Amino acid sequence: MSEFIDVVFNINNVTATIRMAVPIALAAMGGAFSERSGVVNIGLEGMMLTGAFCGVFGCQITGNPWLGVLFAIIGGGLVGAIHAVLTVGLKADHVVTGVGINILSSGTTTWLMQVIWKRKGTSDLVRGLGTWSVPGLRDVPILGTILGTHSPLVYICFLLIILGWVLMFKTPLGLRIRMTGEHPEAADTVGINVNAIRYFCVILSGSLAGLGGAYLSLAQLNWFSKDMSAGRGYMALAACIFGGWNPLKGLGASFLFSFTDAIQMRMQTSKMRIATELVQMIPYVLTILILAGAVVRSRPPQALGEHYESGHVSK
Amino acid sequence: MDLERGVSKFAYSVVAVVLALLVGAVLIWASGYDVKEAYSNLFTGAFGGVYSLATTIVMSTPLLFTGLSVAFAFQCGLFNVGAEGQLYVGALTSAVVALALGWLPPVLRVGIALLAGAGAGALLGFVPGYLKAKLGAHEVITTIMLNYVATFLTTFLVKTYFKDPGPVDQTVLLPMGSRLPELIRGTRVSLGIVLGIVAVALLNHVMRRSVLGYEIQVVGQNPHAAEYGGVNVSARTVQAMMISGAVAGLAGSVEVMGTLYRFIPYFSPGYGFTGIAVAVIAGQNLWAVIPAAILFGALQSGGQTMQLFAGIPMELMTMVQGLVILFVAAPTLGRLLFGLKMRVREGGGRK
Amino acid sequence: MYAIRMENITKRFGNVVANDNVSFAAAPGEIHCLLGENGAGKSTLMRILFGLYRQDSGSIYINDNPVTISGPRDAISLGIGMVHQHFMLAEQLTVTENIVAGCEPRKNGLLDYEKARQDILEVSERYGLRVDPDAKVEDISVGQQQRVEIIKALMRGAEVLILDEPTAVLTPPEVSELFTVMRALSESGTTIIFITHKLKETMEISHSVTVLRDGKKVGTVSTEDATPESLVEMMVGRSLPVHDDCRMPPREAIALELKDISVSGRKGSRARLDNVNLDVRFGEILGIAGVDGNGQLELEEVVCGLRRPSKGRIIMSGQDLTGLDTRRIRDKGVAYIPSDRLRRGMVGSLSLSRNSVLGMHHHSYFSQRGVLLEDIIEKHAEEIIKKYDVRAESVHQPMGSLSGGNQQKMVVGRELTRPHSVVIACQPTRGLDVGAAYYIREQILDSRNKGKAVLLISAELDEILELSDRIAIIYEGQVVDVRPTGQFTERELGLLMTGERNGV
Repeated sequence: MSEFIDVVFNINNVTATIRMAVPIALAAMGGAFSERSGVVNIGLEGMMLTGAFCGVFGCQITGNPWLGVLFAIIGGGLVGAIHAVLTVGLKADHVVTGVGINILSSGTTTWLMQVIWKRKGTSDLVRGLGTWSVPGLRDVPILGTILGTHSPLVYICFLLIILGWVLMFKTPLGLRIRMTGEHPEAADTVGINVNAIRYFCVILSGSLAGLGGAYLSLAQLNWFSKDMSAGRGYMALAACIFGGWNPLKGLGASFLFSFTDAIQMRMQTSKMRIATELVQMIPYVLTILILAGAVVRSRPPQALGEHYESGHVSK
Repeated sequence: MDLERGVSKFAYSVVAVVLALLVGAVLIWASGYDVKEAYSNLFTGAFGGVYSLATTIVMSTPLLFTGLSVAFAFQCGLFNVGAEGQLYVGALTSAVVALALGWLPPVLRVGIALLAGAGAGALLGFVPGYLKAKLGAHEVITTIMLNYVATFLTTFLVKTYFKDPGPVDQTVLLPMGSRLPELIRGTRVSLGIVLGIVAVALLNHVMRRSVLGYEIQVVGQNPHAAEYGGVNVSARTVQAMMISGAVAGLAGSVEVMGTLYRFIPYFSPGYGFTGIAVAVIAGQNLWAVIPAAILFGALQSGGQTMQLFAGIPMELMTMVQGLVILFVAAPTLGRLLFGLKMRVREGGGRK
Repeated sequence: MYAIRMENITKRFGNVVANDNVSFAAAPGEIHCLLGENGAGKSTLMRILFGLYRQDSGSIYINDNPVTISGPRDAISLGIGMVHQHFMLAEQLTVTENIVAGCEPRKNGLLDYEKARQDILEVSERYGLRVDPDAKVEDISVGQQQRVEIIKALMRGAEVLILDEPTAVLTPPEVSELFTVMRALSESGTTIIFITHKLKETMEISHSVTVLRDGKKVGTVSTEDATPESLVEMMVGRSLPVHDDCRMPPREAIALELKDISVSGRKGSRARLDNVNLDVRFGEILGIAGVDGNGQLELEEVVCGLRRPSKGRIIMSGQDLTGLDTRRIRDKGVAYIPSDRLRRGMVGSLSLSRNSVLGMHHHSYFSQRGVLLEDIIEKHAEEIIKKYDVRAESVHQPMGSLSGGNQQKMVVGRELTRPHSVVIACQPTRGLDVGAAYYIREQILDSRNKGKAVLLISAELDEILELSDRIAIIYEGQVVDVRPTGQFTERELGLLMTGERNGV
């Protein structure tokens, strides 16, 4: 029992919760943008995975992890572009396309691992991003432990989420995005370019998810391994929904997931006699519970999942 | 007129596969491998000789079930991405039941074990079905989450309760009487393939002939008209997911009892996901699941050979699957190429 | 000089001529009414002006300059604004957000909410358009939503404002408020074109009236010179031949009774149905006359079990059916021809055969032990096709491949061939050519003569007059009057349908 308390109520959990939330929170924000414009994005998982891969690849060939991050953002954005072209341009079913993208990403990244590094489990080790310490903050008791020292992507993530929130709710572009997802016909009538907005949002969601993937392969670890996103893209979508398609609330929801993730990891190395598999299940069960509860509470953008063509709406 | 449309839809699906393979060829070439060597190995691995053909059938068998599972769910406007998890629970349940019923004659033993596997799959299908019907929770996410849960759960159960004493985490080997009989001596081609075809025929019959099938179709095509017609939309949604889950559970059962002869954690190389590609190609026609499953089984089998002899990673086949789904999913592409309007998943009103 | 002039506008949709050589003009600052029944062509004409449709022939002049309008953005830039019947508002966004989307005031790259609110309040005050800038659209009343739409148009520089049936969803005090606003706008030079079917309001608010009927312009009069009677005569026009049939008198027994049926509307808005009391006897046709949108859809759904009333009871042959689901109600012998055929009445991708048993597929006649009896179902479909002259090649073809008229014939055929004692027929001949419509009406009469009770809901006055034994008029969710058909004159009906109760 005391072991349990020690595992769960440990200050390091809070630190871990904060940093492990990064990929989920970024992808959740991506999902929020995509869905607020009316496009369902189930493909966040694939975009995150692609980002993770591109990050390591970029880092290896340039020797600079920051360039790796750039590669990740571009890679994720490209996958986002594929989703956008299919759903917005070719009127494909949003969900089927998303699933297809995830399968394609999984296969492509594993294939490329073999081609480049001659093995399918993990890539070569690369230079990681290291950590930043906030001078002054890190010496503050408790708060310093939690926030003082982290991978730079953690701080960047927080910054981006705040910027994303501002963009979504405080700028003209954000208003247009929301209008597009709620009532594309009304948006069209007042001169908003529905297609352009959707392309932008979906590609953005890919880049954000890709950045989240970069965290996994360049900050949390220093390599890429097969299917390393492990379902976080779906958790991100659940976090997005639970957070009401709001980047800040999505961050909060992401903490729920990362907290269970942190505990689960801790439990595996502790002396508690609970099987690893049962503990690993926790984040996924949580997602289901959240989804079941969330849908009752929040309302998605009204035109989510529908195709729009000037003149009429179809599904 | 129906037949015409059915044929041209299938033809388009095949074109999608060919296109995907072409893209694959480009990737092979771009990665520095020999395209001719790759694809000739692919072909011989799939069809070149008795052993290859047998491997193709062995690999097609679980795909027949998972493809059918997903295709059936599509009929109700539902997207079952959880076939992977459902097959794991079905597999473990069947193995455990078959082992426990060692005192029954083989036919009964196997029969009950199969039913148990289907039941376990149905149970797993119930959860997302219910959540969707009552709360509108999107079944894609809930089924994917359950995949992880099921995989971990079955692994845990094997390690803790059903372990074969020894170094490997797996169940005890199923004795002769607990297996599905072999169809071709010396290969692992079991009765499973026949059962799969029977399942397709059965579900096809259900869809075409039964009140249940009719109501499920109406719910999938137009839930408002279903309401008008007095159909209980919630109940049919849950039932459709349960049936879909049961069939996917059987995929696992048949694999364990016909090919592997024991439950090994993580034994599935993604049958549940490949099943999605199978269902997407088959479209609205359940019979088409059979050739589609064989097609992908061939790709898997050929892919193995391709990896072995030409050094090309099998993941190429995963990529082909993903591409196929994307190509088939874009109706406008179909219209451009064929003047057809492709609808993979019916039920525009079900988000 | 005219603010708007539309000359010789013709617009076809397939075989239907929605606007037939219509010419119309409005002076600056004028409140001009476009008056007519359902299907007269008023909305179509204005949608052409707003750029949602393009005319097949004819020209448009703004302030005497010829213009081409290829889309709403063109119209808006020319100073034309339109408030649709179904609002173009995003429900989850606030009033302010809805109004400024697309032309947002900015400060330092961010959206200047403060300025937006101020601009809105300024317009609001100037014309008396009460709105709460910070409220979410889904939380405000329909009346307020309409004001939001008007402000939206005004803030984009609309000098010509088109209002499409604006009072259809308003309560009487809201209507007064709207009229005050309209007068203020008119005085400041805004031209208002007001589409309506309601006479009382036309008389009250407009300066001139143009009456349309069956796609053609009947005439334009100055409101001063018009009377309700003269307008109705223009709207309805021709005298109708009385349907010559030998009817048996209705039975005494009451088949269907609706007591105090109410269906509430959204927050702050008028009830959709307000204490409706009706009864239909066996062997009689009760016609519900009224212009679309006055509660007919809610009535149809409540009677057939698709919607629960917030109050009231449904009684059939003495049995209380309130709250039962559709299947059970229909199994009691209710044939239901839905008003929205595509949404409710059929599944387009399924075959004629399959559609022919929708709603009865579980009966032992069509299925045994859960298995459908294909042959019987096919035969059933074939019988319907033959009897109702449905143009189809085979029972296996998808229902969606039939023309609208043939689809409707299948639906009507399906319902009238099932064992029933009550028929709920909603817009049964919508979209049918004269011959098919005649045949359907014959079948309905036939049902009646065989002793069935028929509730006929239709927006076509001809049909109601031809078929009904008694007529009830529904207006804004209430039953205004119920009388045997012979006791109504057509003019009275027209007046009652348009809300005019006095002097009848």
